[in-house]
Amino acid sequence: MSTVVAASGRLFRSSRHSLRGTGWLGYACVGVIALAVFVAIFGPMLAPYDPNAVDLSNAFVGPTGGHLLGFDPAGRDLLSRLLVGARTSMLGPFAVMVFSVLLGTALAVSAAWIGGWYDAAVSACLDVLFAFPGILLAVLAAAVFGPSLFAASIALSVAYTPYIARVVRGAALRERAQQYIAALEVQGFSGFLICLRHLVPNVVALIVAQGTILFGFAMVDLAAISFLGLGVQPPQPDWGVMVSEGETGVLQGYPAEALAAGAAIMLVVIAVNLLGERLVESAQRSQR
Amino acid sequence: MIRFILRRLLMLVVTLFISSFVIFSSLYIAPGNPIAVLSGGRGLPHSSVVILERRYHLNDPFLVRYWDWVKGVFHGDFGVSIQLHENVSALISARIGTTLGLVIYASLLIIMAGVALGVLGGLRRGPTDTFVVVLTTVSAALPAFVASVVLISVFAVDLGWFPALGNGTGAFDQIKHLTLPAFALAAGGLALVARVTRAAVREEAGKEHVQTAVSRGIPSSLVIRRHVLRNAAIPITTVAGLTIASLIAVDAVVETAFALNGLGSYLVTAAGNKDFAVVQGISLVLVTTFVVINTIVDILYALLDPRVRLGARAQ
Repeated sequence: MSTVVAASGRLFRSSRHSLRGTGWLGYACVGVIALAVFVAIFGPMLAPYDPNAVDLSNAFVGPTGGHLLGFDPAGRDLLSRLLVGARTSMLGPFAVMVFSVLLGTALAVSAAWIGGWYDAAVSACLDVLFAFPGILLAVLAAAVFGPSLFAASIALSVAYTPYIARVVRGAALRERAQQYIAALEVQGFSGFLICLRHLVPNVVALIVAQGTILFGFAMVDLAAISFLGLGVQPPQPDWGVMVSEGETGVLQGYPAEALAAGAAIMLVVIAVNLLGERLVESAQRSQR
Repeated sequence: MIRFILRRLLMLVVTLFISSFVIFSSLYIAPGNPIAVLSGGRGLPHSSVVILERRYHLNDPFLVRYWDWVKGVFHGDFGVSIQLHENVSALISARIGTTLGLVIYASLLIIMAGVALGVLGGLRRGPTDTFVVVLTTVSAALPAFVASVVLISVFAVDLGWFPALGNGTGAFDQIKHLTLPAFALAAGGLALVARVTRAAVREEAGKEHVQTAVSRGIPSSLVIRRHVLRNAAIPITTVAGLTIASLIAVDAVVETAFALNGLGSYLVTAAGNKDFAVVQGISLVLVTTFVVINTIVDILYALLDPRVRLGARAQ
């Protein structure tokens, strides 16, 4: 437990340290992400109306008093659907990020630590995984397990693991060659403990940076899969589903739903990408 | 060099072998027995079950079945779609033209517009450069399905310049139908190529050999072509190649958004219907194309840049 607390303390300090010097844009990105997380958690409480209440007499009606964004083709309140939809739209990418970071880090650190044939085997497996574009793997998973956010998230987590593992393995190899690791080994600490307490905390800035960038990728891909009808299932509100459902509106000249959901996705993705790029830069700077 | 190419080709074969195995065995991971999966959960008469068992050699050992499937694929036999009662290879060849046309169209856009924008931003500072940076930042963050919807809304519905949905008939009409999808597909890659080009051009333009060429009085268009672009070509080629390979994954999204009858949209439909023979066949075609293009890019990279430390990229 104390290890976890120490690691998270270090994590907090390191991310705060890397944010300094990124200027107002860095803080703006953090603000957008914080807002998105807040809406993802409290969206159902913030929503002014029932997101699934159908009222066909209101179909395609534009913004009116009390309904800030107007209605969708089924006469459901757009703002409410957008707010409630934040949850699935953010939760999926978050799960993908956590899963692939854990799996990728475990594989990479153990490969760098053990080396030899194990390292070669892990690296070869990761190279093969690179051959599967994330979306294709998710489509395959939807065919096997039936379409759901869960199946799509698992498939993407596996597809993204090499992206984390490749970067972390390089950093872990450099760290492994440092003298303090050798000193700890001489003192008789087990390899597992050295990795957990010393090696991983020293590359955590890099892991966080890569994880942030991955969140952006995962968000776009998961929304695309929901857009294809193989992820979150209607009538559950989700930003990807909303773009797909909004396409009927677009064809009839009412693009509000598709554009609002698309803008929400893009806003979060841009914020996450800009933040991720900054974190990668500062992680690389501190590595040198 | 030859050793590098041989190793890369060996890796290609191994990767194809493993990915085909994964695609094949996914049918057997699915909950329920293969017959139920193949029929999409519908009840089949006993005679059909016997035919299916024989058709898929379901009574053979697993590895034998896999081997038979691979042999069939080499002969152009991908199995039979249960729902359409048609050969998967016939279904694929009927749709591959649309997908190929779309990907080639988008690739041309990525290479031509991407490089042009990048050179423009790299050479001209001030408002032109700012415009390029802003345009590529927005375009890089634009997911393909949002790009599709925005393009349909603006250029098909509001302005009426292009048709919104479908394939069209006749050569000219088909190209017209593919224009908006190609732009939607190209948006992200175009931005990436433009950025890499801009950075590479800017780096090369600041080097001493370029300044020397300028001071010798060589016309600037010649300096750009002979000295700047030629040296900037290596990173541009690599990124363009990798970007074009990644189009294969995004293709399904764009085809679905524009209701194009291509491989990608059909893969999605088949996955939704659990039409497994089709999913396997199309996945195999797409993954193979993806892996082969990536290998070609890797080898090209080594051939183009004699300084590349061989093996460094494969590590």
